[in-house]
Amino acid sequence: MGEFVLEMQNVSKSYYGTQVLKNVSIAVKPGEIHAILGENGAGKSTLMNILFGMSVIHSTGGFEGEVRLGGEAVAIKSPMQAMELGIGMVHQEFMLIPGFSIVENIKLNREILKDNIVSRVFGEKMKGLDHNSMAKDAKAALNTVGLTIDEWARVAGLPVGHMQFVEIAREIDKENIRLLVFDEPTAVLTENEAANLLATMRKLADSGIAILFITHRLDEVMEVADNVTILRDGALVSTLRKQDTSVVRMAELMVGREIETMAREKGSEMGQDSTILSIRDLHVRMPGEEIRGVSLEVKRGEIFGIGGLSGQGKIGIANGIMGLYPATGEVLLNGEKLELNNTKGSLARGLAFVSEDRRGVGLMLDSSIEENIAFTAMQVKNKFVRKYGPFSQVAQGEMRQHALAMIKELDIRCRGPLQATRRLSGGNQQKVCIARALTLDPIVLFVSEPTRGIDVGAKRLVLETLVKLNKEFGMTIVMTSSELAEIRSVCDRIAIISKGQVEGILAPDASDADYGLMMSGDFAKARREGVV
Amino acid sequence: MLEKLKGLVDSFGLPRTIITSFFVFVCLLAVFLGIPFLPLISDMVVRLGMNGIMVLAMVPAILAGIGLNFGLPLGVLCGLIGMLTAIEMNLTGFPSFWMSLVIAIPLAVVCGIGYGWLLNKVKGSEMMVATYVGFSAVSLMNIGWILLPYTNLELKWPIGQGLRTTVNIEGRMKWVLNSWGRIQIGSFHISLGLLLFLAFWCLLVWLFLRSKTGLAMKAVGASRQFAVASGLNVDKYRIIGATLSTVLGAVGIAAYAQSFGFLQLYDAPMFYGFGAVAAVLIGGATVRRANISHVIIGTFLFQGLLVVSLPVANLIMTGGNMAEITRITISNGVILYALTQVSGGQ
Repeated sequence: MGEFVLEMQNVSKSYYGTQVLKNVSIAVKPGEIHAILGENGAGKSTLMNILFGMSVIHSTGGFEGEVRLGGEAVAIKSPMQAMELGIGMVHQEFMLIPGFSIVENIKLNREILKDNIVSRVFGEKMKGLDHNSMAKDAKAALNTVGLTIDEWARVAGLPVGHMQFVEIAREIDKENIRLLVFDEPTAVLTENEAANLLATMRKLADSGIAILFITHRLDEVMEVADNVTILRDGALVSTLRKQDTSVVRMAELMVGREIETMAREKGSEMGQDSTILSIRDLHVRMPGEEIRGVSLEVKRGEIFGIGGLSGQGKIGIANGIMGLYPATGEVLLNGEKLELNNTKGSLARGLAFVSEDRRGVGLMLDSSIEENIAFTAMQVKNKFVRKYGPFSQVAQGEMRQHALAMIKELDIRCRGPLQATRRLSGGNQQKVCIARALTLDPIVLFVSEPTRGIDVGAKRLVLETLVKLNKEFGMTIVMTSSELAEIRSVCDRIAIISKGQVEGILAPDASDADYGLMMSGDFAKARREGVV
Repeated sequence: MLEKLKGLVDSFGLPRTIITSFFVFVCLLAVFLGIPFLPLISDMVVRLGMNGIMVLAMVPAILAGIGLNFGLPLGVLCGLIGMLTAIEMNLTGFPSFWMSLVIAIPLAVVCGIGYGWLLNKVKGSEMMVATYVGFSAVSLMNIGWILLPYTNLELKWPIGQGLRTTVNIEGRMKWVLNSWGRIQIGSFHISLGLLLFLAFWCLLVWLFLRSKTGLAMKAVGASRQFAVASGLNVDKYRIIGATLSTVLGAVGIAAYAQSFGFLQLYDAPMFYGFGAVAAVLIGGATVRRANISHVIIGTFLFQGLLVVSLPVANLIMTGGNMAEITRITISNGVILYALTQVSGGQ
């Protein structure tokens, strides 16, 4: 047996020509907690998919590089095989059956069997369960993770923190377990539970199990990890020993990249510094992106960025203000109160929204470009409609002219205004969404994830379009994006959202360390401790 | 070559391709067997006018996102009540027909709103629920036909209580549309009244779909999330779609019955929905997409096939009820095919 439990050497992977992992190597010793740190999309999940032999890897042409377990090269073809080789995973979303007891969950598909009369006659298949020894094993595993509850309790109804420990107990109950992967295990836990979990991880490591700890929380890395590997944009940035690094240094490494600022000069309106949109104590119940008390002031004529890691709530702000998810709080537009939870009202008051869910919310995929562009303005502002008493007819001519103008203005590449939007490329679809929003003549334009899922060239065009709208028409834009580099390149001020609240507001040229700390929610703490 | 053919079939729609080929085949067979063809064509056109509006009723339901309106019998029942009441009022000719509509349409609006409200409660399984709404309404009206206080002896059983299973409308509203503007050339005839009536309702639906409300309804059907993000009240537009569909069902049965010459009560309305659904599907509609051309093409193909297959089948094999068997096989087959094409979720 070699020195390392796991070695992954020069692993590269691309999906349909897009490289998502470039020559990444990591090595983990027995008893080591090795943290893997990176933003969303840095390649953490892909690396784990490779380790577990997920079919998504093999169905897209496999990967390059080598995986060695205990010094031997292995080709892991399925999660089942990974399990047999002694690799376990504690998932972010629990993989437990709620209606089963803890014992049954822990022992699922690895039940301990005992003979009975029928099985002696009819063979293996008829063996019964040995409940006692199963319970004994489960109890032992639960004790190891420090959970003292009835092992026959049903999983449904357990507190979230306990479920996490049941998952861990299930993994360490496997006899040959030698490597355990924790995928952002503290994301759903309270601070207390998280602290418990970290302690348990340490205990497990001390018993000789190697642990891969995937996270974006820097303080947790500092607390529990021995070594840390930082990924960024699919490449390995650095592998460090904990002693040699600090929260600030890691934050820098995680975020750091060249920021390309798009040439822009401030319009004259920006100088007035007057507030156009003020948000006070906004709460939005958007599943997975909940907002818990956000207050922000957006100034007239600026591009205001909202960043943060996914799941922290940044997307909830625009969705809440537009009335797409239930919201409470106070929003003032030009000093006047905006009625919340009223989409039509928000649109009529001069807000427009380009949704992050382009194909779901943003477009009618089977309708023509011109209908998509004109639709919302028609419904909300009675544009492109001719009235005949109580009846109305669509003014086809006006609609066509407007669509043609927009196609020209935004350079939408299409076969004509009647083409269905489903057939357009991602970038052009996004432009149709923007055109639809512009048709409303908005005072404030919300844009969420404008470049998600579109190729590099088109990304740039979309961003340039936004900058142009801002510069030439003085339009106030609130842009939400997971891609920090992108918001930093176009925005005037950037709010970082963490745990549903504003962690802080930064200038685009603020240091990488500040960004990294804010993204991971460690900024306030680091400041308290005087690190920054 | 095969690729090209496949692409052609895909764009034309599999049911439409099969039914069209079968239709052409049966027509050729009819000519080959020496069956006089002109009367057959006249019959096809009449059947188009007869059934067209009930098929048209599918369009608003599909576009509003409710899917195929298997609950069509609800509208049909409203239409029947309208016609029965017009006879009860002892009207004849056109006045009786118009009075039927004047009574049936408001009734259908009320039923349609209730129906739409119900369908809003069961988003995702509308078609299943709609089928049973139709069945239950028909069953409920089985009791209704017995209890409703009609007194006209043309409607009631001569002895005992309740309405007849089949009411003869000879001398009432029979053929009011069919005989208006009837043009006879040799053995070929065409009735302008019936076709104009169909065209009028198609035009109304077409105009509606180009109105602000109509476009909003289409958006609700195309993408519920999109509609919500544009500030639309999704439930309201779905109710509009269900109501329109029910009203068209009521008008449709009036056009059908005046041509058929009888009002069929009790269990007869139960399966009107299936014929209409099959026709629109044959025309090239899907559970998410439909337009007026699908209605016209589908009704013509489906009814045309039935018209031609009857004499052909009778010549080839005597006995049996071939036309009925063809109708049921095709309509159920096509519906089955369409339902397998529904992709899960939205």
